[in-house]
Amino acid sequence: MSVVDRPIVSTETAGADSYPEHHFLNHTKGVLSWALTLDHKRIGLMYLVGVMASFALGGMFALMIRIHLWNFQDGWLDNKTYNQVFTLHGAIMVFLFIIPSIPAALGNFFLPIMLGTKDVAFPRLNLSSFYLWVTGLILFLTALSVTGLDTGWTFYTPYSIETQKGGAVLAATFGVFVLGFSSIFTGLNFIVTINTMRPPGMTWFRMPLFLWATYATSIIQVLATPVLGITVLLLSAERLLGIGIFDPKLNGDPVTFQHFFWFYSHPAVYIMILPAMGIISELMSVHCHKGIFGYRMIAYSSIAIALFGFLVWGHHMFTSGMADVTTVVFSALTFTVSIPSAIKVFNWLGTMYQGTVSLNTPMLYALAFIFLFTIGGLTGLPLGALSTDMHFHDTYFVVAHFHYVMMGGTLVAFLGGVFHWWPKMTGRMFNDKLGMVSAIIVFIGFNLTFLPQFVLGTRGMPRRYATYLEEFQDLHRLSTVGSLILGFGLVTALVVLLQSLVNGKKAPRNPWGGATLEWMCSSPPPHDNFSSAPTVGDPYDFSKIEYDGRVGGYVRKD
Amino acid sequence: MNFVLADKVAPYAWFPEGASSFAPQVDNLFTAILWICILFFVPIVILMGYFMWAFRERPGYRGSPEALHNTPLEITWTVIPTAIAVWVFWEGAMGYLDMARIPKGTVDVNVTAMKWKWAFKYENGGENGFEKIGKTELPVLVLPVDRDVKLIMRSDDVLHSFYVPAFRAKRDVVPGRYNYMWFRPTKLGTFDIFCTEYCGDNHSQMIAKVKVVTEAEYQQALAKAIEEPEDPLERGKLLYKRLGCSTCHYAGEDGANGPGPSYNGSWGKQVSLENGQEVAFDENYVRESILNPAAKARKGYGSASPMNSYAGRVKDEQIDALITFIKSLESAPPKAK
Amino acid sequence: MTAIQDTAPHTDHAHDDHHHDHPSWLAHHFDDAEQQYDSGKLGMWLFLVTEVLFFSGMFCAYALYRNRNPEVFEFCSAFLNEKLGAINTGVLLFSSLTMAWAVRASQLRQHTLLVGMLAATLACAAMFLGVKAVEYSHKWELGLLPGKFYVAQLGGHHGDPKGYLETLCVVPMILTVLSALYYVYSWVVNSTFHKQVAGPLLVTGLCFFVGVFLGQTLEAEAADSHGGEHAEHHMVQGHVDHASHDHAAAEHTEHPADGAAAMPVVVASAGEDVKVMKEQLATPDADVNQKSMAGLFFSIYYCMTGVHAIHILGGMAVITWLIVKAARHEFHEQYFGPVDNVGLYWHLVDFIWIYLFPLLYLIT
Repeated sequence: MSVVDRPIVSTETAGADSYPEHHFLNHTKGVLSWALTLDHKRIGLMYLVGVMASFALGGMFALMIRIHLWNFQDGWLDNKTYNQVFTLHGAIMVFLFIIPSIPAALGNFFLPIMLGTKDVAFPRLNLSSFYLWVTGLILFLTALSVTGLDTGWTFYTPYSIETQKGGAVLAATFGVFVLGFSSIFTGLNFIVTINTMRPPGMTWFRMPLFLWATYATSIIQVLATPVLGITVLLLSAERLLGIGIFDPKLNGDPVTFQHFFWFYSHPAVYIMILPAMGIISELMSVHCHKGIFGYRMIAYSSIAIALFGFLVWGHHMFTSGMADVTTVVFSALTFTVSIPSAIKVFNWLGTMYQGTVSLNTPMLYALAFIFLFTIGGLTGLPLGALSTDMHFHDTYFVVAHFHYVMMGGTLVAFLGGVFHWWPKMTGRMFNDKLGMVSAIIVFIGFNLTFLPQFVLGTRGMPRRYATYLEEFQDLHRLSTVGSLILGFGLVTALVVLLQSLVNGKKAPRNPWGGATLEWMCSSPPPHDNFSSAPTVGDPYDFSKIEYDGRVGGYVRKD
Repeated sequence: MNFVLADKVAPYAWFPEGASSFAPQVDNLFTAILWICILFFVPIVILMGYFMWAFRERPGYRGSPEALHNTPLEITWTVIPTAIAVWVFWEGAMGYLDMARIPKGTVDVNVTAMKWKWAFKYENGGENGFEKIGKTELPVLVLPVDRDVKLIMRSDDVLHSFYVPAFRAKRDVVPGRYNYMWFRPTKLGTFDIFCTEYCGDNHSQMIAKVKVVTEAEYQQALAKAIEEPEDPLERGKLLYKRLGCSTCHYAGEDGANGPGPSYNGSWGKQVSLENGQEVAFDENYVRESILNPAAKARKGYGSASPMNSYAGRVKDEQIDALITFIKSLESAPPKAK
Repeated sequence: MTAIQDTAPHTDHAHDDHHHDHPSWLAHHFDDAEQQYDSGKLGMWLFLVTEVLFFSGMFCAYALYRNRNPEVFEFCSAFLNEKLGAINTGVLLFSSLTMAWAVRASQLRQHTLLVGMLAATLACAAMFLGVKAVEYSHKWELGLLPGKFYVAQLGGHHGDPKGYLETLCVVPMILTVLSALYYVYSWVVNSTFHKQVAGPLLVTGLCFFVGVFLGQTLEAEAADSHGGEHAEHHMVQGHVDHASHDHAAAEHTEHPADGAAAMPVVVASAGEDVKVMKEQLATPDADVNQKSMAGLFFSIYYCMTGVHAIHILGGMAVITWLIVKAARHEFHEQYFGPVDNVGLYWHLVDFIWIYLFPLLYLIT
């Protein structure tokens, strides 16, 4: 059974039987057939292109920051420009890339297929989510082109009220508002789809863990994002009408703004990481050819993280002068979130135990995720503990910590997911060797960029500094070198993917040996996902799935 | 630390020198957490590598898909991290409560944060002095060693945050309210003060120094803090820094180059204003610009980061001294760069 | 692991390509009417949850600032005319009834009744906005504006009426005229469908002006009954305020007579809270008539009622869409989800107002 007969180096090209003549990519033709499509797969692909472009833009700003910080003073940007660059880096990465990356791009494409339905519950709402995202992008680009957005992505008042007379801050806050609704509608769509459209046989505990993670994410999107909406709306009113709710000059309270803002933006961290965890659960089981260890624990921990995530926003404000009791309570709650995350890591390791580990590009990204996310999670401990946080708050330690979680976690999982599902989405196989090289370069570059930042943080280097003390220069330079390597690795990954479109082999139906429903439809899937009704089974039962050299992929042997 | 090697390594050690009573608790807790992290992280990575190798896909090997669940193991790896988390939380909270509870009998200092400068006022009403450190002149807060110090902090404009890495102490400075913090310096020496809440253009230059001295030296410094030099020019120079003019206006060879206009070469000229008019840069113009900066904003400086009024904060003699100082820069060259 | 392969292929999904099985009102990706209805309903409930959270941000702000400055809220609340608030509450409650009735009519294929009920709901919404327009414009003329624009000078001269109400009425006026033209057109072509759409629109437009008229009348009434007795202590308050409003003092001395003459307008909205205001004025530190005090209250007032009014407008748009569909007889017992969901939304908008009314108008 299983993978015994699989040749280590596949020499066969994929059998022609698996590549369909008609699929969603050629179902209809023309630009309008894409722009007005209601097909969740096409919307997902448009999101994928969009978020990748946003990531490239945000990444460009990141490199500008790192190059500027090569010297401790007199960098190539002046202070004002530097402040705008780091603001745009943060805002674009958070609102345009990370939040929509996995749920809106990969989630849109795969949620209905993995669930076994023809589409999401509200296809028109889905398309409008995408166009709201595009509107948000345009507003951000407006803020970028009129310049002057220098508030930091957190828009803290009163600075965000009084800085710059132009419309940049308004454009950006309105952009955030619109993107918030895009995110809400996506989440709402997914919840309804999973609740009401599961086909017979698809019980809650037969859902792939990616769906559990997406479901938990959607709950947060629906429950947290409206508060961000009203917060940025009030901030816009603050700038336009001077309502004074957050303005100390008018008896308002800037700390209230922070509470409002983080009530959304902390759960947003879980909007970013939960789907990544879902992807890793899929990747680990498929590429280890073994059922996921502790399925229920992983499923429950996703929901637990989503719920606990609502109670911990105050840990962004430990130094703001909240009451001591509040501060201590928030610290205690913060530690509760660490437990479900730890459980997941152990479960992924348990999945590898006695499995059959295929080392390929998606698996390497998954392993990199576990390594990086563990560092990210563990370095959260000294930030959650109050007395050490007094030292680390708003230093590079925090910067390194959240990059390990957000980038080492979410981005790496996103890349892993893109490589994993690329054959399914495009019908083309990429060059696996080069893909693995890209994963290794990204891994090395990433650690070189952000490990030194932990030391910078413990030594007291504050974040958002355009110039800094000379004693920090060596560590900053190390970080800058790392960021260039990281950038190179990411470009390599992109080249590998694009190259597959040009001359990649045709992908088989099931190139990795997955047992979830998306591997049962053709690559790329047909317009209606399944030409005949899928059989819903255990998503992690690999016992019947065997390699077949004739089609160059796995087939189900019943 | 007499080893040469130690000096070389010191800049890359985890922590800067600890110089307050909080430092041991913070450093010890961090070290403990660091070891906990290592105890988790290293086995995870070793296991990951081992599994990757031992269970790799190869001809003739077939994995066993049976290990999907192990209740005792799962309970163990839930309970142990929980216990550790509880301990870390407890230690952190206890250390924090020590930082938050301000003892009695402190040396009080009023701290004012403004874009982009720290100003300190001692109990006797004296203000902080300045010292040239490297190329720039920084405000210096002088404090006595082994005394509890309380800072009463307010902000003139936006959020700031007061941070002394060597003291392991930090607190936001919030406009519209007072925030307090305390610490007890335990070592003599000069340490950095950073602003750690983003506050605009020159956020990264909002740096000051804290100088911890003996009680006797502290008393001397207090006495000196209420003096202003007799000579109007020297007094003007001092006020230029003490009042924070230097954070926005370039003068002589000092101060930030912007967002305010430079003093160099302005005196006696006709300058054009934001509203299109021209006005003579004379005593009255300087006086009015200090007391009501918005009234005659210079062309190109009307909208960016408006200056706060100094009405009620400067005496007439002090304005005279500032005028003398600006007058002396009548033919000073503009900033070279 | 025992494989869970025994599940029979679910037959419901086997019809992927059989679009002819689907009636036109059933979207292709749904299996049956029930699934479509359940999805729509769950989606709407989730949306309502986000709406509640959206407003909850403002309710939190309200709670925080009222807790911090209760006297400001009591003082300022006196400027809201609770009669107008009560009328609007009644209007919205009635519209909820007609909306619920509309849902029932849609299930029973009572097409004409359905159009009528939707029309009644829409007309109530317009009347609500008409009253609101009167309330807003009065406050603007008094300078009771949010935050930094707050310029009310109690007892001082506050200029001539600035025509805010007329400005607010421009767009409704245009829309009413257009509806009237459309109504005439529907008779010219003598189409039942057009008549069923144009009639409700015209009534709605007219109801906005009924609301305006009602609001005006009641405001004037309040002014008549309390004008005289208020004038005096507003004068006193005016003097107190001059400490913080230099220009107010200047204006006041320039036009001493105007101050009293303009009083009725000031007190017009002050309602009956004379006692409260007298208490306020008796305490020396009750100088709430400034941007950072009363201004903040009106910020919260405008944010909450403004966002609520935007929701009313959104509701009116979708009800209009429903009227068009209803006039085409699209709804029946298998397909009434849109009416039901818009109904849910409308009840929520009503519900939020039921909280806003006591929290803003009825503070004593």
